[in-house]
Amino acid sequence: MSQKIKKFLDKFGYTRIIIILFLIMLFIAAFALELQTDSLISGILNRAGMNMILTLAMVPSIQSGTGLNFGLSVGILCGVLGAVLSIAMNLTGWQAFLIANGLGIVFAIIAGYIYGLLLNRVKTQEMLIGTYAGFSVVSGMCMFWILAPFKSPKMIWPYGGRGLRVTVSLEDTFDKILNNFLLREYNGIEVPWGLYAYIILLCLAVWLFSRSKTGIAMQTAGSNPRFAESCGINVDGMRIIGTILSTVLGAMGILVYAQSYGFLQLYNAPLYMAFPAVAAILIGGASVHKASIAHVIIGTFLFQALLVVALPVTNAVLPEGNLSEVVRIIISNGIIVYALTRIGGGE
Amino acid sequence: MMGKQSSWNIKKTVSTNIVPVVFTVLCLVGAIIAEASPFFLLSSVITRLARNLLLVFSLIIPVVTGLGLNFGIVLGAMAAQIALIAVVHWNITGLGGFTVAALLSVPISILFGWLTGKVLNKAKGNEMITSMMLGFFANGLYQLLFLFILGGVIPMKNDTIMLPSGIGIKNTVSLKGLKYALDNVIMISHDSLAIPVFTFIITALLALAIRFLLQTKLGQELRCVGQDMNIAATSGIDVDKMRIIAVILSTVLAAWGQLIHLQNIGILQTYGSHEQVGLFAVASILIGGASVTKATIGQAVLGTFLFHLLFIISPMAGQKLVGEPQVGEYFRAFVAYGVIGVSLGLHAWQKQQARKNKLEDI
Repeated sequence: MSQKIKKFLDKFGYTRIIIILFLIMLFIAAFALELQTDSLISGILNRAGMNMILTLAMVPSIQSGTGLNFGLSVGILCGVLGAVLSIAMNLTGWQAFLIANGLGIVFAIIAGYIYGLLLNRVKTQEMLIGTYAGFSVVSGMCMFWILAPFKSPKMIWPYGGRGLRVTVSLEDTFDKILNNFLLREYNGIEVPWGLYAYIILLCLAVWLFSRSKTGIAMQTAGSNPRFAESCGINVDGMRIIGTILSTVLGAMGILVYAQSYGFLQLYNAPLYMAFPAVAAILIGGASVHKASIAHVIIGTFLFQALLVVALPVTNAVLPEGNLSEVVRIIISNGIIVYALTRIGGGE
Repeated sequence: MMGKQSSWNIKKTVSTNIVPVVFTVLCLVGAIIAEASPFFLLSSVITRLARNLLLVFSLIIPVVTGLGLNFGIVLGAMAAQIALIAVVHWNITGLGGFTVAALLSVPISILFGWLTGKVLNKAKGNEMITSMMLGFFANGLYQLLFLFILGGVIPMKNDTIMLPSGIGIKNTVSLKGLKYALDNVIMISHDSLAIPVFTFIITALLALAIRFLLQTKLGQELRCVGQDMNIAATSGIDVDKMRIIAVILSTVLAAWGQLIHLQNIGILQTYGSHEQVGLFAVASILIGGASVTKATIGQAVLGTFLFHLLFIISPMAGQKLVGEPQVGEYFRAFVAYGVIGVSLGLHAWQKQQARKNKLEDI
């Protein structure tokens, strides 16, 4: 009997159990403190939707065998650049959002291709090199943001100061364009159906791709490169496809994030943006070698629920300091360390 | 004939030391653009060398042992800061205070190093990224300790270093009583040039100690593990234990390095002083021409010199070039990240090529 339980626990994953227990504890605390449950649930729905596509971006990179995409900021910057250009063109509403996506995707295909070529040269160290590739691209783009000759008053500093602002408001471009589309309220709980329709669409696309011939070839290349090669699959090419897809999803993901947040964050903001996405998919039950859409959805909901509920609970218990932020740092980085120690084998 | 030989040698020297050569050129160009006075540059670099050398030295032993670059020296820096807070709280000042902090940081950093080593032994082949993530993770625990546990769980009362609420340590803690505690023992100063001779002597002694250690039996075993874990294991060396010893030594040295760093600066940014330690030290040693598998004291010194020279020059050059010192600051962040990315990337690539060649031979 105890062996059966142990087997179940092993399969389900200790980290997931700990996170769920922790979450239940937080919910009980929230209930005991008489916090508003409807606003908490609305918050969870909103935050999970906001971050879902960024987590989804991990799927193709894990499936193609390059591991967790720690260089997601490369894709994020492509999306940000697309948005900046669409604001510079003075577009608004859906037009701005679509053009930002279109440009972002084009940049992401190019950047993802180059990034994929890089990752093919550093096999077994993709995550480390990806992290530093991402970091250096972010700081390289910092110089661009400050030197770029944009003139739009929405983006430059109102008085003096050179370059673009640190955060650009999307108020009259595409602020909440997906969130407010088909937004319905049920007993005080706000459900952004438009946002979720978009997410489901993209998840479906990634799922369909993984069922296609190329998708299956990519997964084979990822899980067993030797076997794939003997089947005549171009392993390096498949890894590049996975990296491009991940980068494209990163670009689309940051635009979803930005429209929900209402601001576009430039300069050093994208530096650490890959880490919460990595943590979320790991919490969902993915590993460095295996990931699915279910992992994305479960993981993002669990992780974001944790953050949303932890904030008011910890504030009610300890009004000073920012305990929930500290909890976030410990959980998200702890889970990544744990996953890295489970890769096994080494060289 | 002789001439040909020597020119070939120069070419070889340049190509094997391409990274330091490139950075020397970069520094020279930057200095010319910035029109910086050599005297000013020299005096600033000397200060920064004294501050940072030991932190960079602390990376050498794990490299020799095959763990790669230990981004986990951040934990050593944290150990140092825990010791410093204690010393400031007890109000022990001067060289005595510094010595107490140095002694106190040893058991803490041994514990941290042991834990880091345990984790890294579970992540063989991925030590570097694991040590980096471990640094981030430990930073969360560190904040938990200093923001909530001190004063919240562990009773502590001190109006000068604690937040007004009585729970948690302030963002900045003045190290007035410890400033220059080590530097001032022997300090040669002339105009604006100040050379903390004693700090350099201590750093040099520790460098010699590292060198000596690597010659001993323990050092041989560490190196053997670094060359090939399997061979080391078959020849009866306890590989996991050796790797833990290497990480512990590195963490202790990093803690002392951070103490030297902070006694020179004189202010502790409680939640920020340690964060960039791993990044800057790793970038420094790589700029000196070290790699994931090879690092020497000489490379550490050269790299620290060049990295900090660039650190001083680039905002000045940015100011002159585009009228914006900020650009230079972004540029040096770009360089720090970029040099790590490029040199780790090159190393991984070479390893992959070697693996491929080996496969083809079979």
